[in-house]
Amino acid sequence: MSEPVIKCQSVYKIFGVNAERMLKEANGNVDAKTFQDNGCIVGVNNASFEVSKGEMLVVMGLSGSGKSTLLRCISRLTDATGGKIFIEGQDLLNLNNKELIDLRRNKMGMVFQSFALLPHKTVLENIAFPLQIKGIKTEDSINKAMDMVKLVGLDGRENYFPRELSGGQQQRVGIARSLAVEPDIWFLDEPFSALDPLIRKEMQDEFLRLQEKLQKTIMFITHDFDEALKLADRIAIMKDGIIEQLDTPANIVLNPATEYVRKFTEEVPREKVLLIKDVMDETTSSDIGDLKVSKDEIIENVAEKILTQEKTVAVTDGKNNIVGSINPIKIINTVFGGRKNNN
Amino acid sequence: MEVLKKYPKLFQWLFLLIVFFALCFGIDVPETYKFIRGQAEFVKDPNQSAFVFLGKEVRYYAFDVFWRLPPLLGWLPIWINDSLFFLMNDWMPMEFWNEDTQEYKTRPLVLQITRNLTAFMTFLIELIREILLGGLETIVAFTSWDWIDANPWAELPGLPWTIVAAGSAILAYKLGGKGLAIYALLSMTYISIFGQWKPSMQTLSFILVAAPLSFIFGLGLGVAAFKSKRVEKALYPILLVMQTMPQYAVLVPALVLFGVGDHAAVIITMIVAVPPMILLTLLGLRAVPPEVIEAGRMSGCNNWQLMSKVLIPTARRDILIGVNQVIMVCFSMAVISAFIGAKGLGFNLLLALNQLNIGLALEAGLCISLIAILLDKMSLAWANKQVDYFGNLNFFQRNKNSLFFGVIVIVGILLAYVGSIYFKDGYNYLFEVPHNKGISTANFWNKGVDWIFDTFFVYIKAFNTWLIVDVLQPMRALYLRMPAIATLVLVVGAGYLIGGVRSALVVCGLTLFIALSPWWDRALVTTYMATFGVIVSCTIGFTVGTLCFQNKHSSKFMLNVCDIFQTFPSFVYLIPVMMLFGITDTSVLIAVIVYATIPATRYTIEGLRSVPAGLHDAATMSGVTKFQRLFKIEFPLAFPHMMLGLNQTIVFALFMVIIGAFIGTEDLGQYILKALSDKKGAGIGLTLGICVAFIGLIFDNLIRTWVGKRKKHLGID
Repeated sequence: MSEPVIKCQSVYKIFGVNAERMLKEANGNVDAKTFQDNGCIVGVNNASFEVSKGEMLVVMGLSGSGKSTLLRCISRLTDATGGKIFIEGQDLLNLNNKELIDLRRNKMGMVFQSFALLPHKTVLENIAFPLQIKGIKTEDSINKAMDMVKLVGLDGRENYFPRELSGGQQQRVGIARSLAVEPDIWFLDEPFSALDPLIRKEMQDEFLRLQEKLQKTIMFITHDFDEALKLADRIAIMKDGIIEQLDTPANIVLNPATEYVRKFTEEVPREKVLLIKDVMDETTSSDIGDLKVSKDEIIENVAEKILTQEKTVAVTDGKNNIVGSINPIKIINTVFGGRKNNN
Repeated sequence: MEVLKKYPKLFQWLFLLIVFFALCFGIDVPETYKFIRGQAEFVKDPNQSAFVFLGKEVRYYAFDVFWRLPPLLGWLPIWINDSLFFLMNDWMPMEFWNEDTQEYKTRPLVLQITRNLTAFMTFLIELIREILLGGLETIVAFTSWDWIDANPWAELPGLPWTIVAAGSAILAYKLGGKGLAIYALLSMTYISIFGQWKPSMQTLSFILVAAPLSFIFGLGLGVAAFKSKRVEKALYPILLVMQTMPQYAVLVPALVLFGVGDHAAVIITMIVAVPPMILLTLLGLRAVPPEVIEAGRMSGCNNWQLMSKVLIPTARRDILIGVNQVIMVCFSMAVISAFIGAKGLGFNLLLALNQLNIGLALEAGLCISLIAILLDKMSLAWANKQVDYFGNLNFFQRNKNSLFFGVIVIVGILLAYVGSIYFKDGYNYLFEVPHNKGISTANFWNKGVDWIFDTFFVYIKAFNTWLIVDVLQPMRALYLRMPAIATLVLVVGAGYLIGGVRSALVVCGLTLFIALSPWWDRALVTTYMATFGVIVSCTIGFTVGTLCFQNKHSSKFMLNVCDIFQTFPSFVYLIPVMMLFGITDTSVLIAVIVYATIPATRYTIEGLRSVPAGLHDAATMSGVTKFQRLFKIEFPLAFPHMMLGLNQTIVFALFMVIIGAFIGTEDLGQYILKALSDKKGAGIGLTLGICVAFIGLIFDNLIRTWVGKRKKHLGID
């Protein structure tokens, strides 16, 4: 197993004048309430996790849950109060200013909720901005930026100013800008939250297409649980600065760790989220039918086929080997069972 | 009792007023009290008391401390004066190399620094002046008089007025389009034809030096304040005082440090013009969205790149609004600094007013106003102009303005050459119209003034007498009748009721400074005049504002009128009132009222406009009448903003009252004017200026605190 790209060990972020002293005295036992009484606000409370190469970790939480603060600690836009953060093995908090700037110029890209485009630069200039900051020749940077414009499908609008673009188009510019330096690590801070629902869906699909092509290591922040389920390899759910649960979407839906997480999962249409492999039995029973389904199918897509069978259905992997089985009853139970209304 | 329980604040205010009046009636006027000689005077009189502090003797007429506090700060102006004198003449003498005499000479450090600064400023002003008007000083500075004699071709003339006029039109076109260009061309032509070219260009060259320098310093300090909390905290009180300090008052210390002339005026202009630039820079940088800053950081900007490529361009508009402010302050200072010998339109205006030649004053004033509007509109257009994309234009399209200007220069020079042949004997009107050879309407205006006086003298006189005898004198007497302790109780009490202990302490400190200075009586007179002006201005402003607000077009029109009136340097307002009312207190007050009505009207309209449209609709759907909506919805919500207008009105009124000293008033302004012609006036002028600033700050603090609380209560912004 190779080194994780991002590694956090007990990261704390506490706002307030006495933050560091209080954290030391708390001895790893941070209680938001006592801190608040002493004029400190706990932003991130003991966050530990790893993100490996090419993985997309989605951090989900409501406003004030500390998800954006966590992201800013990892990009070191704010300094974490305690804990350690490693980016590809480098201790982030020990980097000096120059090393940090180098890291950002070569390894990191970030997309912002309000797009954060420079109003005085054209689309092309905005995208070329990180390259020019790095000191790349104008011509090269413009060529590279033009590639990015094409990548996000804004050809023909490269000489527009941000004020002349719609929200979705502006965020495409933001995405292109963050990708211009070809970073390994890609931070996205609620990139689609400011967009209309239709545009948001379109951008999500576009984003998945891009990620398939680019295979970046991603930390994606959102307050939208559906968005998290749709995009994530793994989801971290945050509340009051604490990571409540960090797991794959399927596990979160099937086994919510806390009451708080369970509330989110209640309304989720499971058939749209879960894959066959999430609910199948590893064993193959004897009375297996003729129908075979792939383990990577979403339940919704094959439910009709399976439910019309009377026998257990065989599950195959990519090479058509049978790796397990699934009973129609199991499908019914997962999709409709275990909900509050039915109890 | 029910009422008291419902409005506890009302009860507190009533109590305060009762205490105030009890003190007023309880303390009798001392028999020896006589206004003006009320307190410290710099004359010797056996009836005076005296004390010595820090080696300075302060003489004053002693009264009961409840009636008037002794001027315990009387040593301050003398002390400031002596320190300045010491710094300039005796502190740190050093050897300096003198270019002219080719030998070392001993000079005090500060004197040397100020002289060098002076020389530098003079050089800059001369440089621009010689481009516009011609002259040799700059070339001589790089070569020598002998060289000029040997090379007579270097005696370049200035630019012909045609080129400057057309050039400004092109610039105006580039910034603001056709309308502005036509306005620029017309006003420049007017200035030339009416023979005001030379003074106008002198004023312009003054601004072209002062404004860029102020901009650079203001931007630099603004950035420093943005980056460091400590710098901001250090700058804040200075900014606050400078905002309410009458521009007049800063002239006096400048006189001592830098002498008389344009250079001193430029330096002092910078001191006045930098604070608004700092404030607007700070405001603009603060308004940059945090995400944009983060985006810059994540793009790998170092601090310098972040500032120059992300923050400042994003804050461009606010910073350019700052430039607009700087230009306008520079312009009004260019006029006022005529008092310390700056050349240009202001000087002509001052001269004409001194000679009571209203016609000439009016012409100079008109030129000042035309240039003021032009500069204001141009810099605003620049601020509001959005960057355009030029990449897809060809060379000619991209550079059409510069190319066109090149053509203009050639045509202008040709015209001037033709002119030199055509007007063989006299003046070359196509090059420059000399000051006394233009068209002048002065006689017409003077006759008009005479006619007004002949025809309406009786009415004006009657009005004047009525105002002075029945309104102003009693009001002034009332103000002077207040014992110092009563005033103090009133102000501190108000501070406590509005903003708690902190506010009370601040206003107490500010008031005490004035009360302990030797000019309490005069400060009362200043306050009375300002109060009168403010009451009338607010009545007019709130009424006019409310009426104009009823219609979209009229409110827009009124705001434009306010904009234009605000660009005129305050001094210009004295011209028409002197024309109508001659040299009396009435003139000053009318100028105050006209000037101070501008912010009152503007803030009323803006406040009423800022009431959210949703509330309007909600009220309309509840079936309110126009009046109900005005009184139940719009006024309560707009009131905090209108109070900010009151704050501005007070500052404007104070400025004008002080400038009114030029016409003749018996207040702080009179002493500032006196200090200007006094060799030892620096300390007095500065202290007086601070007193005026503190009067403004007392109201400023009270109103702002109240507005802040009220807005919080209403949940606005």
